[in-house]
Amino acid sequence: MADTELEIEGVMKTFTFMNRKAPYGTIYALEVLETVLITAAFEQHANIVFVDDGVYQIKKGHDTGAINMKNFSPTFGIVEMEKEDADEDEDMDMVWRIIVEKESMEARGLTKDDFKLDVEILTSAELADVLDASDCIISG
Amino acid sequence: MKFGILVNEGPFTHQASDTAYHFCKAAIEKGHEVSRVFFYFDGVNNANKLSEPQSDDRNIVKLWSELATEKGVDLVVCVAAGMRRGIKEENIAEGFHISGLGQLVEAGMGCDRLVMFGD
Repeated sequence: MADTELEIEGVMKTFTFMNRKAPYGTIYALEVLETVLITAAFEQHANIVFVDDGVYQIKKGHDTGAINMKNFSPTFGIVEMEKEDADEDEDMDMVWRIIVEKESMEARGLTKDDFKLDVEILTSAELADVLDASDCIISG
Repeated sequence: MKFGILVNEGPFTHQASDTAYHFCKAAIEKGHEVSRVFFYFDGVNNANKLSEPQSDDRNIVKLWSELATEKGVDLVVCVAAGMRRGIKEENIAEGFHISGLGQLVEAGMGCDRLVMFGD
């Protein structure tokens, strides 16, 4: 069956990606990240959110040698680059936010300095408003 | 209303794909449109035509296939997630097709609601 054509011309929506799982142990983190990168190609607004054990995904210093898994931590650098592009390019009406939930961070003894990305720290209540303002929520 | 559906879990291990199927069926019966079902993560296993459940149980792969052939629902399997898990052109069931993650983003952009089924 051929691809169905959806009307997307001129559509601008807000996608929120809820990263809830630890970076390794399951594939969710890696495959959500792949979706985030594709969304950039469509120039949509995006909130990349880290909650629960998902906050470990962007912790500095991943070393996966002992578990023989690909260390995909460097790929988050592309997310930061996309955000910078969105911030700096005046021709592009695209807003990207990288958010860590405060409660999840504190419960794990982490601080903003532990993350390899420059993140916004929002409380659970503030995050609820972000979700409320989103059109599409994809979580993993 | 136009729905885009995201199925994130494989069949049988997890109820997510059953629930997604029932949601699609009910939405169509109520006169809504299911514009696309996108299978991602282990959800790609819903397309495996080699799946052969016991005869007294539901056949999830076949139910999805029928939704495509009888109701014209667009069933898209993510190429990257599928390749990792051995879901390819040679073993996908009737009515499914393989395409890129862009099809998921387009479903989000082009539908009124994107509804995700999974953990």
